[in-house]
Order: sequence, then structure tokens, then C-alpha cells
Amino acid sequence: MVKPQTKPPQAHPTWQEPPSHSPHTPPGLLGIEGMAAAQITHYLDRAEYYLDQSLPLTSDQKILAGHTVINLFFENSTRTRASFEIAAKRLGADVINMAVEHSSIKKGETLIDTAVTLNAMRPDLLVVRHHESGAVALLASKVSCAVINAGDGSHEHPTQALLDALTIRRHKKCLHGLNIAICGDVRHSRVARSNIHLLTKMGAHIRLIAPPTLIPRGIEQMGVTVYHDMQDGLGDCDIIMMLRLQNERMNGAFVPSPREYFHFYGLDRQKLSYAKQDALVMHPGPMNRGVEIDSEIADDTSSNQGGQSVIQNQVAAGVATRLACLEILFHQTSDARERTK
Amino acid sequence: MTDKPASMSHHPPGTPGRALLLQNIRGGEDANQRGKAHEISPDNLPDILIENGKIAAMGKNIAASDAKKIDGKNLWLAPGLIDLRTQAREPGFEHEETLASLAAAALAGGVTQLCCLPNTQPIIEDPSLVAMIRQALVHPQERPQVSTQIRPLVRPLVRPLAPPAPIIHPFAAMTKGLAGQELTEMGLLHQAGAIGFTDAPYAVASPLVLRRALSYTRFFDGLVMTHPEEPTLAPIGINGGVMNEGLIATRLGLSGRPVLAEIIQVERDLRLAEVTQGRLHIGPLTTAGSIEAVRQAKRRGVNVSCDTAPHYFLLTENAVEGYRTFAKVAPPLRSESDRQAVLAGLADGTIDAVTSDHAPRAADSKRLPFAQAAFGVVGIEILFASVLWLYHQNIVTLPKALALVTTQPAKILRLPLGDFSLGDLSQGDLPQGAAKNNYGIQVGQVADLVLFDLDQKWTVDPDKFRSKSKNSPMGGMIMTGRVEKTIKGGIIAFNREEK
Repeated sequence: MVKPQTKPPQAHPTWQEPPSHSPHTPPGLLGIEGMAAAQITHYLDRAEYYLDQSLPLTSDQKILAGHTVINLFFENSTRTRASFEIAAKRLGADVINMAVEHSSIKKGETLIDTAVTLNAMRPDLLVVRHHESGAVALLASKVSCAVINAGDGSHEHPTQALLDALTIRRHKKCLHGLNIAICGDVRHSRVARSNIHLLTKMGAHIRLIAPPTLIPRGIEQMGVTVYHDMQDGLGDCDIIMMLRLQNERMNGAFVPSPREYFHFYGLDRQKLSYAKQDALVMHPGPMNRGVEIDSEIADDTSSNQGGQSVIQNQVAAGVATRLACLEILFHQTSDARERTK
Repeated sequence: MTDKPASMSHHPPGTPGRALLLQNIRGGEDANQRGKAHEISPDNLPDILIENGKIAAMGKNIAASDAKKIDGKNLWLAPGLIDLRTQAREPGFEHEETLASLAAAALAGGVTQLCCLPNTQPIIEDPSLVAMIRQALVHPQERPQVSTQIRPLVRPLVRPLAPPAPIIHPFAAMTKGLAGQELTEMGLLHQAGAIGFTDAPYAVASPLVLRRALSYTRFFDGLVMTHPEEPTLAPIGINGGVMNEGLIATRLGLSGRPVLAEIIQVERDLRLAEVTQGRLHIGPLTTAGSIEAVRQAKRRGVNVSCDTAPHYFLLTENAVEGYRTFAKVAPPLRSESDRQAVLAGLADGTIDAVTSDHAPRAADSKRLPFAQAAFGVVGIEILFASVLWLYHQNIVTLPKALALVTTQPAKILRLPLGDFSLGDLSQGDLPQGAAKNNYGIQVGQVADLVLFDLDQKWTVDPDKFRSKSKNSPMGGMIMTGRVEKTIKGGIIAFNREEK
């Protein structure tokens, strides 16, 4: 087995942080909106570097040894939290996982009090997920370490967008000019919003396909085309991103029933055939099989003889992306501290 | 593979071998002359030949020696009527009306297509029930072939009915159980053949739910129909108002349903249609304020249509005097000034269509103290006479009067116009005299036609209605003009015997 040649760790970022309007002064990754294309490319390059590394990383690569990363999750998560934890541990960090059930939030502490308390313990990086849009930015403005947004409400999920972009770039070489369909519950999806920001910046053409009740008003102004019919929307598509539809949203509120949703918007063999022959199927997980995606499509993986699903590749790209994010933000934090000394 | 029965291959079952030749018919001029405003002298009226269910030829001296001849002396021709809103009461309330009795009443009223509401038992909210009702009156031989190997588990809802019957287009429920909370499977219901979605005869309380319905139906361009009464100001049921709010209600000691309830609901629904760009139909409209709201909305370009019913322009709240429960209906019969506003709305085209709003109610649910009696009136058999009344009263021209029950409902329901083309009939304001001959019926279209006597006077007698329920407040009213023959798919489906 040929191991990919281990490249020496590349010099850390040379670009300058653009002037930020957010009250958060330390470096952080709060959202894709506001990032420059060059910045995004840098994140993707570093993630790709980690994707090609053999494991375990060498002691030189364990740049977070002796440093503390806190995973602060106000909303349930399995894969994102595990992905961040694995990434941080591969870089040698001491990882603390804090879930809301075990925190003082249940005892009545406000978000800002929690932020101030944690800050006093001097962590090096905070990874935060919250069920309210904007809550991660609020918390970030009260701490002095770098904060990574692991998803806030229906606002942004920047690391998911980066790992999706990395997966696409690995398969399609480049993002520019691709036709990418994002299908499903766009209204409630932070994944959709971050992906729209990222992929439009990189020159891809985004189409949203969903029933009108799941398309939020004004989204066309974000540079996307809206479709309500899978056949119309999937024509000539290179990438199909399916979104999860939560159970409580499909019983007559936004969608009448799971069977109606699957009939019109679930990705099956027939609907997939409207897209390009080599179109890739993606899903941020966890999947609702038989609601937004047919098991047959989900399990037809690319590693398994030319299937179109790259859902497992996304998970692998997820860890690499989070390694890159931790690395880049750690270096930026160190630089900032150097400058203030 | 077995051959199809011979009767299926070319002709619909029951089609007589003989063609029909309509002679001396007014209104059925040659297609080439359509659009030219001119009087045709009585001895120069064209003939119409109907073969294989379609109009085969129009013109003078058509040679059809084997065709059955109908001398249309003094008869006028119009396309078959389309009734936008009726209550079939089947399944669930067969003691009040069945699909078969409704079909008979419809044909007697010149109606060849009708829509029915989902307030049956069970409620029409499942795709299979939509399919079943659509096929209920279709002759078994015309239905899609089902395997003969397996006996159907469910016997069809149909009884053997001699063809032809009017086409039934069911509305499906907009929300589950008509409860106004959760959307039904609108996409699947649409695919099963639902003509649209409505919670009628109930109003939708929540603007959020209606917004989502109007928004959701956009992906297949579905029609949403709403009942125009705000349900907290004008509830149906215990403690709800029972007649128009005002002096008469006060004098009679009955609780009122205010005009305001209709205005608020209509204005709200119009705003929701505007923001969602959904396809909205509201009806029946009965008040000056709500009609003005629609007039303004149409000027703003809102995608909306509306209708009213005969009792709202033929009657006022005075009909309730003496606690006449047959005049109890929701929205209620209104004041004279509101009736005038309805006529004005019909005259200027704000109101797109007239529907019977046929609501059969058993006698036992009407022979009660007024407040306890059921809402609803029957009217499918006087629908045509009521639009002719609009013509005789010089409210609208004859083509416009006919359009209110033919081309306009077809347009609202997006039924294929090929079958109902009246040409440019609904276009302009033609001089009264000229307009009489100006509507065209085209060669090649399905022969769904009404032959009517424009000037025949007759007295409404609900006991002679074909409908199983007789709850009409119009008994004794003298009407001018009535249906003489109804032709459905080239077959004489109704033929008035008594003169």
C-alpha cells in the first residue's frame, strides 16, 4: 500500500483577517457570510492536506498538545461533536465536552454568564452549537479565545459547508461553474444557508428545490434560483444536496405527510435520472430514509463501484475540515497574542 | 389479451347510433360568422349536427337523413352549465342528497359539470375517495379497466345509472378533518383528480394555515377556495349568529351574523393571496364591502376570483320574516343595499361567476326553531333561470349572463376550454340586440349543450325539484326563461315534458 507522501506542515496563513464588523475581536469561524473566496480556498487546501495525511499524525503535527478545546453543545449532536472531538484529539488537544443537560444553563444561568465563566478557565478554542440563530456570535463576543460555530439555529453551519465544498472539489476538481441543487427544508436549514454563501462565492450555480412552504421569502436575492419541481430543478445538475426534513415539520404544518413529501420531493432512482449521469448525491445527515431519500440511493456509494452517493465521503471530509479549522484558528490566536504582547 | 367490447372502441356506451340534428336554433350560428354582430332572421337559422358525442357540423341545409331531428323553434342554445359549488351529501348524508339525485337535478337545471364540497362523511381528504367520487356516475364500461381476476374488495359507490350523467369534480379538504389545523395531502389529492381545496362550508380561522395552503399549492398551481366569514364573529353552531345582523334580527330576537365578518375575512384572504401568489377563489360574496375589497384587489393584480349565489341577488333578509328557516343560509341573506352591491359587482365583472351553492338539507333539520335549524338552500335547478333574470333585468347582456355559469367557471377551474368555448363571448359589452346572436359554439367540441326557452314564464315549485331535499326559499317566485333540453355528450339527458 502506497502511503501518500507526508508533506511538511505548511506555513500558516499569510492572508490578513479583513476588518470585522462583529464585536468579536479574537479570530473565529462564525459563518461563511463575510468570508472571502481566498479565505475559503485556504481552509479547503488545509483540509485537503489533512485528508491526505496518514494516521496517527506525527508529534510535530500535534500542534494543540497541552492546549484545551471545549465542545459546548446547547443542542443535541452526535456526528458533529464526535467529529470535532476526534479532530482536536488528533491534534493532541485536551478536549472537554459540555452538553447542555450537564451544564449550569439548566440551573438558570444565562448564555453570557456561561461564556464569562468558561472564559475564566482560559480555554484555547471553543466549539459551540446553539439552537438559536445568533447565539454563538453573542457568546463569542464575551470570550477571549477563538470560537468555532458548530451550528446556530437556522443561521449558519460553516464547517459543514466547508466539508461539503471539499467533498465536491475532491470529486469534481473545481467548484466554479457547477450546477448544484439543494433540495428540501431550506427554510429551517443552516446547512443550506452556509452552502449558499460558500458555493455562490466560489462561482457555482445554486438551485433550491422544495415545496413553496419550505422556501423562505427573499432567498432569491441570495443569488439562487428557486424550483418547486424536482424534474425541472434537477435537469443538468452536477451535485444534489438533500436536506433533512424534521418529523415535526411534516405533519400538516409545512408538508402534509411523509408519503406526500417522498412522492414529490424524495430522491429516488427516477428523480435522480433527471440530473447528469455523474451527478453526486450528498446529505449532511442524519438521513430520514424514505422521506427525503430512498435507501437505494443513499447506500449506492461511490466507493462501491461507481454509485453516486458520497455521503460517507462527507463524513471523512468532516474530520479533515475540522482539523484544518482548529489549526488555522489556533495559529491566528497565537499570532494575535504575540502581537498584543 | 382480450378484445375490448365493441361498444368501447368508438362510441361511449349508451350513445345512440342516431345522430342529432338541431334545427332553427338561436345562438348556434355558423362558426365562421362568429364575432360578427348581426341578427339572423328567423327563417335563416342554422342547423347543428351532433355525431359521436361531438358537434359535427353547423350551417344551413345539413344533409343528415338518418339523424333524429329536433325542431328548436323559439329555443336558444348555450353550452352546458358548470356549477362551481354544490354539496353532494354522499357519502354520509344520503337521506338529503345522493350523487345520483344531484345528477338528475343538475341535468334538469342545464348543468353538465359540477363541483362538490368535501363536507361528507367521511370527509373527502383521501386520494382514493376523490377517485371514487369522480367515477361514481361514470358508466362502468367507461372506467379504467381493472383486472377481472380479483374481485374488488370494496364495491364501488355507484348504482347502475343510465348514462349520461354530469361530470363531478370533487373539491378535497384543505385541512385534515376540515379542522383548520393541518394541511391535507394536497399534492396526492391533486393527482387523484381533486379540482381544488377548501374547508367550505367552514371558514379557515388561522391566517397562518391559509397562508401555508396558498403557498404549498403553488407547486402544482392548485386552487384554494375559501368561505368568506370570519369564524369568531360569525361562528357556525351554538351561540353563532343565525341571520344578517340588523333591524330585522333585532326585532325577531335572533342573533346576527355581521357584514363585518365577511369584509374582514375577505380582506384577510386577499392579502394572503397577494403575498403567497397562490390561486384563490372566494365565495359566495354577499356584501358591498367585501365586493369592493375584491374589486380593489383585482386592480392591484391579485390572483383572485369570486362568486355569488342566486339567493343573494334575488332575495334580501326580508325573506327570513316569519322565521322561515328555508331562508337560513351562511353567509346570511343581506340588506337591500348589499343586494344592489351584488348586482353592481355582477354588472362590472368584479364577481366572476354565479354558483348555485346547492346545500340540500333534510326537512327535519329545517322544521325547527330558527336558531336550531340547519344552514343552506338548494338551488341547482334555478341557477340558469337566475342568470337569465340578470339578463331580463338588464343587469348584464345575454352572453355575459351565460358566461357567469359557463366560460367563467371553466376559467376559474381551469377546465379545458375546448369543450366550452364561447369564443369571444365574454369579451366586451355588445349592444343588447346584437349580443343575442353573438355567442358561438364550435364544430369539434363535445356536445354538452342546453336548449332553453328565453322568454318562458314559470313558477318555482320546490316540490317538483329532482333534488332529494326541497329547502328552497324561492317557492312561488315567477321566473322567465328555463331549460328545455340538456344534451350531455351528444345524448339528450334531460327533456322537459310538461309545458
